[in-house]
This record gives sequence, C-alpha cells and structure tokens, in this order.
Amino acid sequence: MKSVEELKAIREKALKEISIRDNEDKIRIVVGMATCGIAAGAKSVMNAFIEELAKRNIHNVTVSMTGCVGICRLEPIAEVIEVNGEKTTYVKLDDEKARRIVAEHIVNKKPVLEFTIGAAEK
Amino acid sequence: MIYRSHVLFCNGTGCVSSKAPELMAKMEELLVKNGIEKEVKIIKTGCFGLCEKGPIMVIYPEGATYCHVTLDDIEEIVNEHLIKGRIVKRLLLGDKDVSDVSRSRDNVGFFAKQRRIALRNCGVINPENIDEYIAHDGYMALAKAVTEMTPAEVIAEITKSGLRGRGGAGFPTGRKWQFAAQAVSDQKYVCCNADEGDPGAFMDRSILEGDPHSVIEAMAIAGYAIGANQGYIYVRAEYPIAVKRLEVAIKQAREYGLLGKNIFGTDFSFDLELRLGAGAFVCGEETALMTSIEGHRGEPRTRPPFPAIKGLWGEPTLLNNVETYANIPVILLKGADWFASIGTEKSKGTKVFAIGGKIHNTGLVEIPMGTTLREVVYDIGGGIPKGKKFKAAQTGGPSGGCIPAEHLDIPIDYDNLLEIGSMMGSGGMIIMDEDTCMVDIAKFFLEFTVDESCGKCPPCRIGTKRMLEILERITEGKGEEGDIEKLEALAESIRKGALCGLGQTAPNPVLSTLRFFRHEYEAHVKEKKCPAGVCKALLSYVIIAEKCKGCSLCARKCPVGAISGEVKKPFVIDQSKCIKCGVCMESCKFAAIEKK
Repeated sequence: MKSVEELKAIREKALKEISIRDNEDKIRIVVGMATCGIAAGAKSVMNAFIEELAKRNIHNVTVSMTGCVGICRLEPIAEVIEVNGEKTTYVKLDDEKARRIVAEHIVNKKPVLEFTIGAAEK
Repeated sequence: MIYRSHVLFCNGTGCVSSKAPELMAKMEELLVKNGIEKEVKIIKTGCFGLCEKGPIMVIYPEGATYCHVTLDDIEEIVNEHLIKGRIVKRLLLGDKDVSDVSRSRDNVGFFAKQRRIALRNCGVINPENIDEYIAHDGYMALAKAVTEMTPAEVIAEITKSGLRGRGGAGFPTGRKWQFAAQAVSDQKYVCCNADEGDPGAFMDRSILEGDPHSVIEAMAIAGYAIGANQGYIYVRAEYPIAVKRLEVAIKQAREYGLLGKNIFGTDFSFDLELRLGAGAFVCGEETALMTSIEGHRGEPRTRPPFPAIKGLWGEPTLLNNVETYANIPVILLKGADWFASIGTEKSKGTKVFAIGGKIHNTGLVEIPMGTTLREVVYDIGGGIPKGKKFKAAQTGGPSGGCIPAEHLDIPIDYDNLLEIGSMMGSGGMIIMDEDTCMVDIAKFFLEFTVDESCGKCPPCRIGTKRMLEILERITEGKGEEGDIEKLEALAESIRKGALCGLGQTAPNPVLSTLRFFRHEYEAHVKEKKCPAGVCKALLSYVIIAEKCKGCSLCARKCPVGAISGEVKKPFVIDQSKCIKCGVCMESCKFAAIEKK
C-alpha cells in the first residue's frame, strides 16, 4: 500500500459488494418469484434489475423476492416501493423492461407508466 | 461479483460449537442443488452477541435475523426465504407476529440499548476478508495518522477522548502512550494483551474472532505514535479460532502493505507477530505477559520500572488490551470529542460485557458507560429465569466483587464500581439469583486464584490457600468464632504484600461478599445454616408429614435408599444415609419435601 488513494479504491470496490447489507432508507424492488412468476421468466428479470443497478453504481436500492401476488396472468410482476411506502406495480416484465425501469424510474424518478398494472388493465 | 442476497452466519466460538459450520455446509449444498449459488452469497462473520440464541444467521437485503437454527431449518430457509422470498417467521428473533417483511435486529430489546463501538464490525463483516473491513472505513484511521498527523497529535487525540484501559484497572490510555513515546530508545515495542483469563469472559475473544483487523490497525497506529516498529499479540492458544483469524488477517495486511515497510509510502514501518500463551491466568498481568513473550516462565516482577520505561527485552513497551485497541481507529476517524460525548464524566465511551449466570440472554453486550445495572440485567439481559429474584452481579472476575440488589440503579463506570467494592475488570459479568450462596461464590473465585497463583510471592501462594481453607471449613459447617475476622486480616495482608495485581486483588471476592452479605457468613458459622440452601453439609431434606400422601415415589427415586415408610402414610428420610442430592424434592408431586 503506497498511498491513501489505493486504500480508497479498495474501499469503493468493496463497498459495492456489501451495500446489500445496509438496509436503511432504501427503495425496494420486489419481484414476484412464486411458481407462476418463475415460469413466466421472473428469475431473469430479477437478475436484470440487479445487474443494471450494479452497472450504474446504485446502492440505495435493494432487490428482493416475494410470493404470488394473485394476478398470475400478468407475471412477471415487480413492485417498486419508495422509502415513503409509495408503490408502483409493474407487470408483464422482461429483461429489457427491467433495465428501462431502473433508468427511468430509479434514476430519473419518472415511473414508466406504460408498464404499470393500470396500463395493462385498461 | 454482485449477489442478490447475502447470508451471514455467526462463526463466533459460541455458534461454531452449536454447529454453525455444518449449517453453512448444508446451505452451500442446497444452493448448488437449486442452482442459485451464483445469486446467494454465504458469508461467515463474528459474534452477534446473542450467544444464548445461537446458531444465529442474518439474511440480507431483508435483514431477517434467524435464531436457534437447526439442520432441518436450513432446507426450509432455502426453499422459503431464498427461493420464494417468504420470511420464515417462526425462526425470527424477537416478536414473531411481524407483518412487515423485514424485522431488523436493531429493534429487539437485547440490541436496542446497546451502542457498538468496539464490536462495530462483529457480526457485520467477514473477519477473514480484509476488503470488508476496508469497506467499513478500515485502515482509514491508520492512513490519516501516518499521512496527516504527527505522533504527538495522535497521542493528544487519544488523551482528549478520555479512553481508559479496558483490561481492568482503567488507566488513561493517552497517558500510557505518552509515557512510552517519551522513553528514549532505538527499539520500542507495542504489545496487545489478548490473554483473557477471567472465568466466563469472552469479550476479547469475540473481537479477535469477529474483527481482527481493528486490533492490527490500532497497534500500527500505536507503533506510529510511540515510535515502535514491532508489535506482539499475546493470545492464548486455547482460542484457536481467534488465533487462526489473526494469522489470516496479518497475512492479508502484509499483502496489502498495511503492515511492513514504508506504510502508505511514508518512512513508517511496522510489523506484527503472534505469541501463543499456554493459558496461565497470571500471564494476563503485564510484567508476566512480557516475561512469557521473552520465552521465560510467566511470572510477574516488581514495578517500577513500568513497561513504558523498561518492558519487553528491557526496551520501552506499550501494552494495551484488545478492547482498548478496538476503540482506537474509531476515535481517530470520528474525533475525540465524539467519543468523549459518550459515557460519564470520568469514564468515556462504551464497555463490552460478557453476561452469564442466572440470566435469560447470556451473551455479549456493549453499553455506553453510565448505563445502570438494572438496564443491563432486565432490559438487555431479559431478566432472571424462572421468576427468581436478582441477588447480585459479579464483575471483574477473580479480582472484582459482587454488586448487590440495593445498587441495581448505579450507573456502571470505573469509579462507581470501585466505590462499591467491585471493579470494571475486563468485562465478565455473572448474574446471581436468590438460590446462590455468597460464601460458595467467594470460595469458587478463591479456588480459581489458588489454582492460578504462580507461586512467586508467599502472600499470594500461601495466603490465598489459607483463606480458601477457612472458607471450605465454613461451608462444611465447621466454621468457628473468629473465622470471619481471620479472613479479613489475611485479606488485608495479601492486599498489601502480594507482588502483582492478581495477588493484591485476589481477596476482593471475599471482601466484597463480606461487605454486603456478612449475615450469610455469620449464618454459616454461628447457626450452621446456608440461607440459600447450597452448601450441602449445612442442609437437610425433610418430609412434611401433613403434606405427604405416602405415594412412595421419593423412596423409589432415592439412589441410596434413605427414604422409607408405609404406603399411604407419611414417609421419613434417614438423615444418616441421605447424600443430599435433592432427587426426592424434585420428584415429589405434592411439594411435601423441604430443604432446610
């Protein structure tokens, strides 16, 4: 270790890997991973969320799983839950849509209305 | 590599002995079987503190803390939590009626009143991965010290923080560093006392197991502050997990150049070595510890000269305890004022206690100085099992004393504990309920001291032995008038005459129990009674004729055939045959047997 910068670089890299363990005041993305969700491709959607968040260095969002929401025909489903509890339900997702949700909803704070349950059920 | 879930298994000694490694292996196997081994990461970490509830594990991002986990539970946790995202509520710590998905352990009573500084990384990071320590600002304090501060500034900061030695006596750490820095010599040493010997104490062990780098970093900072380039950690060989993790940590620190030559490109060099002790209690005494590092039989010597002037191999040496070191990096990073804002006027910061004995939540707790004993026993410790009454808390191990119920509301700090005849000690805290005999407790600690006395000086070698003999006589019902006074006289001469701190404080358990529970000693000596019903020679089991239904159960259970009688008529115990095992009393369904 020849400089403090070197140490800081290691810290930044390591922080990324363990940020999942710090669960205060975070936005949550909850992916439905019951049989119906998994069969519809939820697993790959979930990985897309995780990869996109990591790629963009976003640490204030956790991705977790949940069971069947009850509207199996609309799977894969994911909900974005803000720190204040406000909830947006996205349906019929795929990897590409997941990446767009990260870009538009998480980064730019604009929910992707066309993917929401309200749009699908119109 | 980014994982969607982290599973942290406690790998402190407590959870390892309750089979945490097997649980980890089973989970690894199940992750592979379900094809999610690249999504879920298993991490082993240090002690969470709640050893009574072990094995413990935490799953992130939910922060769900599971306790008393068994091999069968692992399958359920994988299938439900890790695959389907459903929390296994029946295994959660604390309130099981949770509606929210996450149930952070911070809200549970045991953790709510704690403040973790020395234990900040225990149960949070993987102690065998230096990167995780660095992620939590590890080695930043060392970087700050060697690149931005002068040695004098480092010492000034430590002095200002008010930190006092956590090994027992509470000597101001900054002043100790100052003395070692002032000593003039080409060669100085930094030592760490990890020879934790008090019965029931495992604070230092848990820090070394859960966060070894914090001690290594602090020792390097100390080396910079006093002008030493070599350090030794004296750790007992009977702490195998701590030894292994220290070895791994030292190796990783060397690989990163955080130990070795020209640290952070400066001209400061520092390296560390381990020295394993064979587990003699006396080697926790500083002069004996250094004698042992030098390769001699661990025996104390007279002070002065103090180690700061003439220590290891005759050179100026700084010696601090594990927990003291663990506080150092945080003080440098957050500042002396921050640290001094925690605690009481003369005792700053926090103290770690290993709580054991008659209490619900046995384990490791870190509390701000000034927390009352009542809060520790009832809020954090969860109170006394079986609805029994609190009688006393023993702190300071064989050098300390008992705190009776009348002092439950005393704020815990160095000076308050000394005032009531106990001491902070290294942090062992044994809780006793109404069924504990105080004479018996004093005898237990004295037995320990007699066993562990190194034998160099007569007051300790012979004096404690004589005291023990008197106590044995008293508990066997052979106490004589004047025994209590003899104990007091002996205690006084040992206190004045013994060579080292261990001998000088050895009579404390007797003196403090005499101070608060003299009546119990008197009952043993004069009335030949043990009020708590512990000393076998002084009690007898009797059948109350009016309550006895003559069921003959006790007679059948008695291992020595001391009970006889006619069915449906009151039975009697033959006192000459009775061995006072108490089986009859336990088996009686009508509470007809009494202990007197």
